Amino acid sequence: MTDATPVPVLTSREKVAATLKRRYRAELRFRAYGLSAVLIGIMCVVFLFWTIIQKGYTAFEQTYIQLDVAYSAEDLDPAGRRAPDDLQAANYQLPVRAALRAAFPDVQGRSELKKLYGLVSGAAEQTLRDRVLANPRLIGQRDSVWVLADDRVDMLAKGKIDRSLPESDRAIDDMELRLFDALKAGRHVEVRFNSPFFTSGDSREPEQAGVLGALVGTLLTLLVTLVISFPIGVAAAVYLEEFARRNRLTDLIEVNINNLAAVPSIVFGLLGLAMFIQFFGLPRSAPLVGGLVLSLMTLPTIIIASRSALKAVPPSIREAAFGMGASKVQTVMHHVLPLAMPGMLTGAIIGMARALGESAPLLMIGMVAFIVDVPKGLTDPATVLPVQIFLWATSPERAFVERTSGAIMVLLAFLLLMNAVAVFLRSRFERRW
Amino acid sequence: MSTPIATPSDAPRFAPSRGRVSVSGAADESLPGEHLETKTVGQVTVVDPVMGARGVNVHYGTKHAIKDVNIDVAKNAVIAFIGPSGCGKSTFLRCLNRMNDTIEGAKVTGLITLDGRDIYERRQDVVQLRAQVGMVFQKPNPFPKSIYENVAYGPRIHGLAATRADLDEIVQTSLQKAGLWEEVKDRLDHPGTGLSGGQQQRLCIARAIAVDPEVILMDEPCSALDPIATAKIEDLIDELRQNYAIVIVTHNMQQAARVSQRTAYFHLGDLIEVGPTDQIFTNPRHKLTEDYITGRFG
Repeated sequence: MTDATPVPVLTSREKVAATLKRRYRAELRFRAYGLSAVLIGIMCVVFLFWTIIQKGYTAFEQTYIQLDVAYSAEDLDPAGRRAPDDLQAANYQLPVRAALRAAFPDVQGRSELKKLYGLVSGAAEQTLRDRVLANPRLIGQRDSVWVLADDRVDMLAKGKIDRSLPESDRAIDDMELRLFDALKAGRHVEVRFNSPFFTSGDSREPEQAGVLGALVGTLLTLLVTLVISFPIGVAAAVYLEEFARRNRLTDLIEVNINNLAAVPSIVFGLLGLAMFIQFFGLPRSAPLVGGLVLSLMTLPTIIIASRSALKAVPPSIREAAFGMGASKVQTVMHHVLPLAMPGMLTGAIIGMARALGESAPLLMIGMVAFIVDVPKGLTDPATVLPVQIFLWATSPERAFVERTSGAIMVLLAFLLLMNAVAVFLRSRFERRW
Repeated sequence: MSTPIATPSDAPRFAPSRGRVSVSGAADESLPGEHLETKTVGQVTVVDPVMGARGVNVHYGTKHAIKDVNIDVAKNAVIAFIGPSGCGKSTFLRCLNRMNDTIEGAKVTGLITLDGRDIYERRQDVVQLRAQVGMVFQKPNPFPKSIYENVAYGPRIHGLAATRADLDEIVQTSLQKAGLWEEVKDRLDHPGTGLSGGQQQRLCIARAIAVDPEVILMDEPCSALDPIATAKIEDLIDELRQNYAIVIVTHNMQQAARVSQRTAYFHLGDLIEVGPTDQIFTNPRHKLTEDYITGRFG
C-alpha cells in the first residue's frame, strides 16, 4: 500500500453535496413507482368500464316490430260480452300471427310460417292483451302496435349478427334475413329505449328479461343487512371500546371478530342454511334470510371500522365530558358517538358494498333460483343482482351477453350511488375538534 | 379545632405518616389549622377547608405515583401545585374529582374529603362529585358544538335549568364570569372550536362554572396559551376566587406566584412543602423547594 495519490480531504458541505444527487434520484425513482402504480390502476379501471359499457350499452335498447293488428271479435270474444274475464282468457296469438301473415302473404308452408311467427317475441300476445283490456272497444277494429322483437332479431337489428357468415353458422337464416330486411325497408322495425329491462323480472326469453326483480331483491336484502348489522355492529363496538374491561375474554372476542372478517363468505352461507333455514325454518330464497346471512358477514367489518372510529375520537373530549360530570353513557352518547359516526358510516358502507357484490353465500340459501316475479316482501322468493348476473352469464342465448353487461352496469351504478350517499353523510356528520 | 375533616385517629383508612421530616405546621401563625404529624414541611391544614386529603397514595400498576400526601384546600383561595415534571401534581389533582377512576390500573388509597365527606366512599356518586368539583384541562377541549351548547351542557345533564330562559341565564352569567360574554354574545351558535386558544380555555372555564361547583381544578390551564391569553386567564382566576376554591397545577412559577395564595411543592410523588405563596417563593424551608424555586433543577 502506497499513498502515492493524496486522498482529497472533503469538507462536510462537499460530502453532503456528493450525496444529494443520489438522494434526488432515489426520490424521483420512488415517485415514478407510485405514479406507475396509480396509472396501472387507472388503466385497469378504464379497461373494465370500457369492456362492460361497450358490450352492455345495447342492453338499454330494444328492437320493436310494428304490426298492423286486426282484433277479430270471433277470435277474441266469441261470446260477445266484452267481459274482462273473457278478454283475459282469449287467445291473442291468433291476431299476432294473422298480422304477420297479412304482412307477408307470400310466406307459405309450415316451417316457413314458423320462422315468420318467430320474428316477434312471445311477449307480443301480452302487449295486445294489455291493450284490449285497457280499451275493450278495440275489438273488431284495426290497430297499429309496436311489439317486442325476438332476441335473435334484436341482435340482428343491433348489428351483432354477422351477415357474411354462412347460413349454417348464423343464428338467423337467409329467409329470416329477407323478412327482417323487408320489415326494415317498410320502416316497421325500430330500436328504442329498453324500458322493460328496468320494469320486469327475469325471463327465459332474453328480450323479456329485466333487472327489476334482482334490483328489488338486492334492495330488500341490503335493507335487512343494514337494519340488522349496523345497530348490532355499533353497539358491539361501543361496548368493547368504551365499557368492556381489558381481559382475556375481551381479547379472545377481539381476535375472533378479526378472524370472522376473514372467513370466506360461502361459509356464512352454509351457516345461514343450517341456522336460519333448517333450524329456524325461515323460507328459502327470501331476502330476509339473505339479509341475515349478509349481516353475519358484514358485522365484523362494521365492528372493526366502528372500533377504530371510536379509538380516533380524542381522549380530551371524553375527559371534558367526564370532567363535567357526564356519566359514561352520556359521554358516549352525547360526545363520542357523534364524533365517531362518520367513521362508522364509512365502515358500514364498505361492509354493505361488499355485501352488495356477494353471491356465494346467497347461492347456499337458494337465492339462485329462477324467479320471474318481482318480490313484494321480505319473505317472497327473490334473487339479487350479482346472482342475476351469474345466471345470465351462464345462459346460452347471445342476447344475454349484453344483458349481463347491462346488469353489471346497474350493479355498478347502485354501488356508486351507495358510495355517494356515504360521502354525503360523512361530510354532513364530519366535525372538527 | 373543630373541623369536619377526619383526623388520623378517627379515619380508619388513614395511612400512618412515616414522619420522615417531622415538622408540624403549627409554627405558621398566619394560617392556623389542626395539628397534623406529617413529613411535609409547612402548614398543610387550614381552618374550615373545602377539601382535604389525608394519607393519599396513588399506584399506577407497580408505580407509586403519590406517596402519603396530606393537604387541605381552603375556601375562596387559590392553591398552586408546583414541581418538576412527573412529580405527581397532576395525578394528585385528578384524585380530587376522581378522574383517575377512568384510568385502568390506577389505585387510590387514603382519605379525600369534600365538605367533610369521603369522596371515595362507596355511596359517593362520581357524577355528583364532578358537578361539585369542576375541572379545566391543559389543552382547551371545548366540545365540537356551539358556544351556547358548550356552556349549557353541564346544567342540562345535571338538570339545573327548568326552562329555556333559566338555561339562557346560566349560559350568560357563566360566560360573563369567565369574561367571555362580550366577545361571543353575538355568535353563541358558532362552534366553540372556532374560538382562539385563550377564548377556548375561557369557554372551558365558563363550562365548568355553569354547574356551580365548589372547587375548580385547573391542570396547567395556560400551558398551551400565549402570554396575553395567559394574563387574561390569570386575571379571571383571581376573580373566580371570590366564589370558588381553585386548585391550579402549573409549571410556571411566576404564574403560581401571581395567582395563588398558597403553594404546594411536589417532588417525585412526595408533597415536600406547603405554605403561603409569598413565603414559599421568598423563604422556602426545605432544601428541595429552594433548589427548585431557584432554578437549580426542574
